[in-house]
Amino acid sequence: MFESLSDRFEGIFTRLRNKGRLSEEDVDEVLREIRLALLEADVNLSVVKSLQSRIRERAVGEELSRALNPALQVKKIILEELTATLGGETLRITYASKPPTVVLMAGLQGSGKTTNSAKLARWFKSQGRNPLLVGADLQRPAAVAQLRTMAERVDVPVYSAPDDVVASGQGDPVDVAKGAVTEARRLGRDVVIVDTAGRLAIDAELMDQVRRISEEVQPDYTFLVVDAMTGQDAVGVAESFHATLELDGVILTKLDGDARGGAALSVKEVVGRPIAFASTGEKVEDFDLFHPDRLAGRILGEGDLATLIEKAEEVFEEEQAEAAAARLMEGTFTFDDFLEQMQALKKMGPLSGVMGMLPGVPKEVRDVEIDDRQIARIEGIIRSMTIRERSDPDLIDGSRRERIAKGSGTAPGEVTQLVAQFKQMRQMMQQMGGNKLAKRKSKKAKKGRKGGGRVTPKGQKQVSKASFALPSLEEMEAQLPDAVKGRGGPTGAG
Amino acid sequence: MLEPIYAVLAVAAVIVLIIGFVVVRRRPRGEVLEPPPSAPSVTGTEAPPERVGPDDEGPGPQGPEVEVVDPMGGILAPEVVVTGPELTEEEEQENIRLAEAAELAGEAGVEELVRPSFRDRLARARSAFSGYIGSILSRTDIDAETWEELEEAMIRADVGIGPATELLDSVRATVKERQLTTSVELIEAVKAEMVERLGAPAGLRTADAPPTIWLFVGVNGVGKTTTIGKVGRRLADEGRSVVMAAGDTFRAAAAEQLGTWAERCGAELVRGTEGGDPSSVVFDAVAAADSRGADVVLADTAGRLHTKSNLMEELAKVRRVADKGAGSVTEVLLVLDATTGQNGLAQARQFTEATDVTGVVLTKLDGSAKGGIVFAIASELGIPVKLVGLGESAADLVDFDAQEFVDALFSQD
Repeated sequence: MFESLSDRFEGIFTRLRNKGRLSEEDVDEVLREIRLALLEADVNLSVVKSLQSRIRERAVGEELSRALNPALQVKKIILEELTATLGGETLRITYASKPPTVVLMAGLQGSGKTTNSAKLARWFKSQGRNPLLVGADLQRPAAVAQLRTMAERVDVPVYSAPDDVVASGQGDPVDVAKGAVTEARRLGRDVVIVDTAGRLAIDAELMDQVRRISEEVQPDYTFLVVDAMTGQDAVGVAESFHATLELDGVILTKLDGDARGGAALSVKEVVGRPIAFASTGEKVEDFDLFHPDRLAGRILGEGDLATLIEKAEEVFEEEQAEAAAARLMEGTFTFDDFLEQMQALKKMGPLSGVMGMLPGVPKEVRDVEIDDRQIARIEGIIRSMTIRERSDPDLIDGSRRERIAKGSGTAPGEVTQLVAQFKQMRQMMQQMGGNKLAKRKSKKAKKGRKGGGRVTPKGQKQVSKASFALPSLEEMEAQLPDAVKGRGGPTGAG
Repeated sequence: MLEPIYAVLAVAAVIVLIIGFVVVRRRPRGEVLEPPPSAPSVTGTEAPPERVGPDDEGPGPQGPEVEVVDPMGGILAPEVVVTGPELTEEEEQENIRLAEAAELAGEAGVEELVRPSFRDRLARARSAFSGYIGSILSRTDIDAETWEELEEAMIRADVGIGPATELLDSVRATVKERQLTTSVELIEAVKAEMVERLGAPAGLRTADAPPTIWLFVGVNGVGKTTTIGKVGRRLADEGRSVVMAAGDTFRAAAAEQLGTWAERCGAELVRGTEGGDPSSVVFDAVAAADSRGADVVLADTAGRLHTKSNLMEELAKVRRVADKGAGSVTEVLLVLDATTGQNGLAQARQFTEATDVTGVVLTKLDGSAKGGIVFAIASELGIPVKLVGLGESAADLVDFDAQEFVDALFSQD
């Protein structure tokens, strides 16, 4: 399991608490940790080195404010550097004055060109454009068939070689490209997306082919499709493609996994082209313009509140969640509420991923491996309770416990434990709620909190949406003690 | 718009409870993997514990949605298939060569085909790795810079900082113990250590009673379908009959892609409907193989990210169901793209947990990526690399040989 940067810094910074200024040695020690973190995130070694030197320059001699934790100050520098490296702004697509606007998709095999061509087509449609997909991958068996099926889903026409030529595997993609633009004009399509075959950057022949395709269609945008899981090689690949095609941007795919996506940082740094789009799921809608600032936190393992909240907004029913939260504070939270919230939570993807997005979750907690079987057990236990038991767990005595255990195929001990855990959580939340609820409801929430010391309180921070991407110092300050105090929290419970 | 605070709170509350529950309930992990049994016998690796919930098995005779396509059954004779228009000239030539070779070798055993060497293919891209080694060798002594360069070389090859440090630490011990002083000796020690970490060559196991079932798993875009095509071709060349199961019912046209390969190597293709249940496709393929007396079932599965628990669950089910019919699953091969970085280890871990991965297929090694993540996978999870893809053609998928791999990595010419 990855360590987040805060975990790495902890030891170093406790010693630095009372220092007014960071010495070179202090900074070097910090930089070693940063190096590890970046390398584990697959940031290219050369890029790591240049980042290190930039961070060093800024951090040495940096005035440490008394009020703030030095760790946070350095973290801020690092996040700022990373965000700057990733490119501060989201790409803006401009359209050709004389349509169609041509987009060329290139990349290694398996990076996701075909799928993302269709996703991009859908995105253009959502922008009110009329895209045409061009199947210029005549190499991989059934690539055009895949594009056609995907295109059907997003309701976009496909232009490619005739079926028999495609089937023969002998078609010339350059010819296909040649006809594409004319066809787009004929059909009145204002955006053309050309899907090309995957190729190795070192394959001179195929690189020449894609260059000829590019010459033929004169793309307005050439995107390199890069798998977020790519390692050190990403830079070499991007350099080669850039030398051949002159890239305009990168489409980062498979960002829905747990890869840190350091490759993106490297590509941006080396090629100097922004990450234009990111694909974050298997569905065609899971694709949008890229937000550089969010990836910085992810690369460092620092959580990503902005995405978390976006996802939560999608899956949680507003009123239901609010009501549940209110009951949580009042201590009247029931197993039914819990079940409901758990269903919503499940829609947000694997728990470990969700937890990774919550900043300030202590390492011990993040490292707990949770699989869905265990969640299913919890669900099984709750579903085996009667309605009354769910709202009043105190009812559960020996024989009821026995029955619930039998019904859910678990041991009575597990039932006891879940109930105890539940009550404990309820009590804890109630205590917190008692102090803070009033203020929070008036939306003048105070940052941070006192008491408690478990994971949950982290969620309590009231942060404005605008500042999610890069938490302010105060906010980070508010998080950090939690992370420290949180040790021995839930892990020790039960 | 949902007040963010409530969303986060709800998430957090649920998480707290689940974690509390899990931490206490957690069974000791870690010893998930046993070293792959050396005997060819197949004692169906233990199925993961049954889950609570509605996930009911029963591959069931979901007959209607499954269609058996037999390219050999129709008008097409196998010869026609082989010389079909899908073949490039190069492949055709190769075919003729194969046919001749097979004729010469007769029934007794097909001779090892002209196999591309690791060195040729890996060296196509002059790598940063060999640059570092060259620099190290240019100085005869071992100094601080030598170690630094070694570490950097490893990092650039995607070995990963943790495994690289560990590997070099044990080389340091060797250097001290054997009192090595020259860089040549050092490089040899590093190579030996790397070879050792990758383990002895491990062949692909077949079942005692046919059909043998090989399951291919991995994240999206690593080359599962292509790998199956190439393995099928290889088996066909060896004179074994193959059934391919189009278990990727998710990706558009995945079955068509596999079908093209099946045609090329005269294998039978069993496919279901798009979006259908992959377990039943695989089950039916096994049944088809059994009834036709086929030797091997190559089961394709949809690419999935290892973090998607529902999809991993589905895969675990495919694995269980594949073992339920005739024959047995002797290999679960994790297909891994050589460009994969540190995430590869997480992939290996999750796929192993779901399906008891028995080996890795490292694809696209003919590019500029070095696939160093296999060191971490081999040493941390004990999963050996079994096959590597060194190029586009079927003959470019070869058995893995650690010594050859490491030699090629370090080659200086």
